Amino acid sequence: MSTSVTFAGATLPNGDVANVVVKNGRIVDMGVDVRADEGEVLDVSGLRVLPGFVDLHTHLREPGYEASETVLTGTQAAAIGGYTTVFAMANTLPVADTTSVVEMVWQRGHDAGYATVRPVGAVTVGLEGEALADLASMANSRARVRVFSDDGKCVADALLMRRALEYVGAFDGVIAQHAQEPRLTIGSQMNEGLVSSRLGLTGWPRVAEEVIIARDVLLAESTGARLHICHLSTAGAVDIVRSAKARGVRVTAEVTPHHLLLTDDSALDYDARFKVNPPLRTSDDVLAVRGGLADGTIDIVATDHAPHPTESKDCEWSEAAFGMVGLESALSIVNMTMVETGLLSWADVARVMSTNPAKIGGVGDTAGTLEVGRPADLVFVDPRVHRVFGPEDLGGRSANSPYFGREFPGKVVHTMRHGYFTVRDGSLIDAESVRSHAFADAGRVEDNG
Amino acid sequence: MQHLLSAADLDKESAISLLDLAEDMAETADRPHKKLPALRGRTIVNLFFEDSTRTRISFESAEKRLSADVINFSAKGSSVSKGESLKDSAQTLAAMGVDAVVIRHGSSGAPHLLAHRGWIHVPIVNAGDGTHEHPTQALLDAFTLRRRIHKNHSRGKDLAGVRVAIVGDVVHSRVARSNAWLLTTLGAEVTFVAPPTLLPASADSFPVAMVTNLDEILRQRLDAIMMLRIQKERIQGAYFPNEREYTRVWGLTADRFGALNENTFVMHPGPMNRGLEICSQAADSPSSTILEQVANGVFVRMAVLFSVLTGNEEL
Repeated sequence: MSTSVTFAGATLPNGDVANVVVKNGRIVDMGVDVRADEGEVLDVSGLRVLPGFVDLHTHLREPGYEASETVLTGTQAAAIGGYTTVFAMANTLPVADTTSVVEMVWQRGHDAGYATVRPVGAVTVGLEGEALADLASMANSRARVRVFSDDGKCVADALLMRRALEYVGAFDGVIAQHAQEPRLTIGSQMNEGLVSSRLGLTGWPRVAEEVIIARDVLLAESTGARLHICHLSTAGAVDIVRSAKARGVRVTAEVTPHHLLLTDDSALDYDARFKVNPPLRTSDDVLAVRGGLADGTIDIVATDHAPHPTESKDCEWSEAAFGMVGLESALSIVNMTMVETGLLSWADVARVMSTNPAKIGGVGDTAGTLEVGRPADLVFVDPRVHRVFGPEDLGGRSANSPYFGREFPGKVVHTMRHGYFTVRDGSLIDAESVRSHAFADAGRVEDNG
Repeated sequence: MQHLLSAADLDKESAISLLDLAEDMAETADRPHKKLPALRGRTIVNLFFEDSTRTRISFESAEKRLSADVINFSAKGSSVSKGESLKDSAQTLAAMGVDAVVIRHGSSGAPHLLAHRGWIHVPIVNAGDGTHEHPTQALLDAFTLRRRIHKNHSRGKDLAGVRVAIVGDVVHSRVARSNAWLLTTLGAEVTFVAPPTLLPASADSFPVAMVTNLDEILRQRLDAIMMLRIQKERIQGAYFPNEREYTRVWGLTADRFGALNENTFVMHPGPMNRGLEICSQAADSPSSTILEQVANGVFVRMAVLFSVLTGNEEL
C-alpha cells in the first residue's frame, strides 16, 4: 500500500494551480513543482481541490432506523458527496442523549472509515423538551460531543434553552436549534401561503421559525453564549440573524442545499419527496438565503440529509415523512445556485462547506482547512461536468431524493480522508479496503485526539 | 374528461356541458322507470377513507341509476383500518379490474395520487379530499343556482354576473375551494366572508374577494349566500372564541335572514349546525335550496360518472 500520493495540477480554492503532496495521512507539501519522492502521481488538472466537506447536519439513523440508513451507508453517501466529516444528528432510537449512544455512533464511524463521524448530543432527554440530557458527560466521552441539538424538534421552552446555552459554555459547546414554534405549526404540512391555500395543506408559517430565532438570538445575547441556527429558510430569519451579528451576538446559521434551490410550488403534484421540515418556501426566500450565504449572514451549507424508506414517501402527502437525502447532491446544488450565479467563489465554497462548519463543530484544528501539516481530507471537484442526476448517483441506503432527472453542474471526482481514497474517479472504494485503511490510520491521524 | 380531481381543471365549456348533461339526467328522474342502462356491466368502487354517508349514498344512487355495479369500500372494518396503504388499496382494486374509483379521503391530494402515480389506470372521481376540493359539490351548487335563476331555460347558460357570498370556515373547506374555482369559471363573482382566522393565508390564492364583515356584504346585491359548516373543534385551535360569538357576528341569524332580499338564495352543503352558522328560519324558507342541492347532487354525479366512463365524445 502506497502511503504517498502526488496530486498534480490541482486548482486550489484561490485559483492557483499547484501540486498537492500527501504522505502518511497528511498534506506534506503544496506548490508548483513539488512531488513525493515515491508513490503515485495522479493528474488532477482541471479539477478543483477543496478541503474535504464537513456536514454539520446529517441523519445517519443508526441506532434504531437502520432500514433507512446506517453509520456505514450514510458515510458512504457522504464520501460520494465529497464529505470527510459528518455530524450525526441525535434523533435516533434510542435518542443520542447518553454517553453510551454517542460513543457507539462515534465508534461505528471510526471503524467504517468513510468519514469522521462526530455525534450530536440531544439537548433534552429523549428530545422531549422537559429535562436537560447529560450534556457534559457526552462532551467528556470518547465521542467528544460539542454540538447539541434536539433537531426534528425545537427546544421550545425558553428556560431550558437559556440554561442549555449557558451550560454548554463550560466545554465550548454550541446549541443547534431547530427553530419551529410548536403551537404555530400543529399539523403543518408545507409553507403557509398561496400554494398551501390552494392545495388544502396545513401551512407552516414563516413566523413560526422567525419567532424562535428572534427569541434565541436574544437569549444568546443576554447570556453571551454560542447559538447555531439549523436549516434557516426564510427571508425574515436572514434579517434577524444579520442584525444580531451586527450587534456582536455569537450566532451562526446554516442553510440547506434544497432551500437554496427549491420552492413550495414543488408540492403542486403532491409528490412527498418534496416534503421537508422546515418546508420549501417561496422564490423570495430562496433569493434571501442565497444573499445571506453570500454576505456571510449564513455561515455554512448543511445538508440535513434525511433518509427515509420508500413507503414513507410513496403515499399521501400528509402521511409522508419529512426530509430528503442530500449529501450526494449538495456540491452540485451549491455550484449551481451560488458559484454559477457569481454569488460565491470556490474559496467561499471551501469556507461555507468545510472551514466554517469545522469551526462551529469544534473540529477546526484537524478539519476544514487546506494546509501543509494537516490531515489529508481532500475533495476534488470537476465543475465543468454536467450530468442528469439519478438514483445511481446516490450512495446511501435510501433514495428519497427530489432531484432525479434534473441536470446538475459539477461533480465530485475524488474524495480522500486522512490520506486514503474513499471515492476515486467517481466510484466508492469498497468497505473492506476503507476499513483497513481506517484501522491503519487510527494510530497515525487521531481524529478525536 | 378522464378524471375529475379538481374544479380548477374544468374550463367554462366543459363545465357547462357537464351541467347540461346533468339536466338530461334530471329529466329521467321524472320517468316512472328511473334507471338508465348507460353503465351496465361497469364496476364502480366507492373508496371511502372518511365517513360520509351523505356523499356516499348520493354517488351510490347515481351509479345505480346508471345501472353500474357498485362496490362500497369503506375504511372502517377493511384492511385500511389495519394499516394498508393507499397504494396497496389502489393496486388491489386495479387487480380486481374495476372500471372507476370514486374516492373520499382525509388527505388532500389523495385522488391526485390515484390518478397520476400509475397504481391504477381507471377514471378517478374526487368525492372530497382533505381540505382541498370537493368538485362534485361545486357542480351541484352551480347546477342548483343555474336552475333557480334560469329555470327551464338553463341549458347552455353560465352564471355571468351572479353574486355569491361563501361564509364561514373557508380555510378548512373543500366546498369553498371547489366553488371558488367553478363559480368564477362560470362567470360568477364570489366573495369569501369569514373571521380573518378562517380565511386562506394568501389573498391571491383564489380568484375571489375576501372580506370579514358579513353585514356589509348582506347590504349589497347578492344572488346567493352559501353558509359553510362550522366545526366546534375550531375553538380549540383559537380560530374563534366560542359558538355564541361566532353566530352573533358570522351566523345567518333570524335577524340577518329577515333583512335579506327575498330573491337571495340560501345554500348550505350540509350537514347543518342549526342555530350555529344558520338559523332554522333560513334553512326551512322558500329561499333555501338545501334540499334541491341534495337532489341535484345525484344528477350531477350521474353526469360526471357517465362522462369519465364513456369518454363522453358528445361533450
